[in-house]
Amino acid sequence: MVREFEDVIIQTLCRFLVPFIQLYSLYVFAHGHSSPGGGFQGGCVMAAAFVLIFIAYDLNEAKRRFGEKALLIFCCLGVFIYAGTGWACLLLGSNFLDYGFLSKVLPTDPVKARYYGMAMIELGVQIAVMAVMVSIFLDLVTRGEHEEILEEKGA
Amino acid sequence: MIILTILAIIFILGGVFFFTTATIGLLRFPDFYCRMHATGKGDTLGALLAVTGLAIYNLHHGFSLATILVSIKIIFIAVFIFLANPTATHAIMRAGLDSDVEPWTKKEVPK
Repeated sequence: MVREFEDVIIQTLCRFLVPFIQLYSLYVFAHGHSSPGGGFQGGCVMAAAFVLIFIAYDLNEAKRRFGEKALLIFCCLGVFIYAGTGWACLLLGSNFLDYGFLSKVLPTDPVKARYYGMAMIELGVQIAVMAVMVSIFLDLVTRGEHEEILEEKGA
Repeated sequence: MIILTILAIIFILGGVFFFTTATIGLLRFPDFYCRMHATGKGDTLGALLAVTGLAIYNLHHGFSLATILVSIKIIFIAVFIFLANPTATHAIMRAGLDSDVEPWTKKEVPK
């Protein structure tokens, strides 16, 4: 059951709030090294912003903005960034995710390379978590039927 | 600094008062719409006052850049609660109306 639910108050507030929620998500992501936060939490907050769009607008409109294909691409991109950072360390002659060896390719010392490597995998985690969270929400809200039920309703 | 502490106490006690009235309304009112009416207003103002009180209390360590920044972040939380809470109340109310929740009327007084 996909209910049509248009409301100008909710939509206006959604348009106003979504950029701030996304900014806050990036803030949580960027402070993950030194304070509570990190990739997973930032990804969840970012997914909450998209879920807000999906709730406030009807599903067809929201899927036109951020469709299944984009979600899958982002999901794979996040895993690719995470695994790619790990494999880069492996290729440089160290263990998986041993970021210190990234200083051979990055123009920094091993300590800074460790810092940037951690930021890289947090970025990968953030993107993957965001895409998977929105994808799970879509699965739940369309009862796993995705396109078909929406096309029937939209036609 | 004693003035700031007193101001913070007044704000936080005001917040606690509005939270208490909202909770009493949630427990005592007869139906869905009345309960939303009580919690929607009371929670918004209560959270606003309590969070503002915390922002003021945070300044009593002294007016340095760090404490002022933390206070500004807390004020941002207050602003977003002030925007989001009434809208969420509106959305829940609207959803209840759409799914045919009967409003309480005087004829069917519960025994």
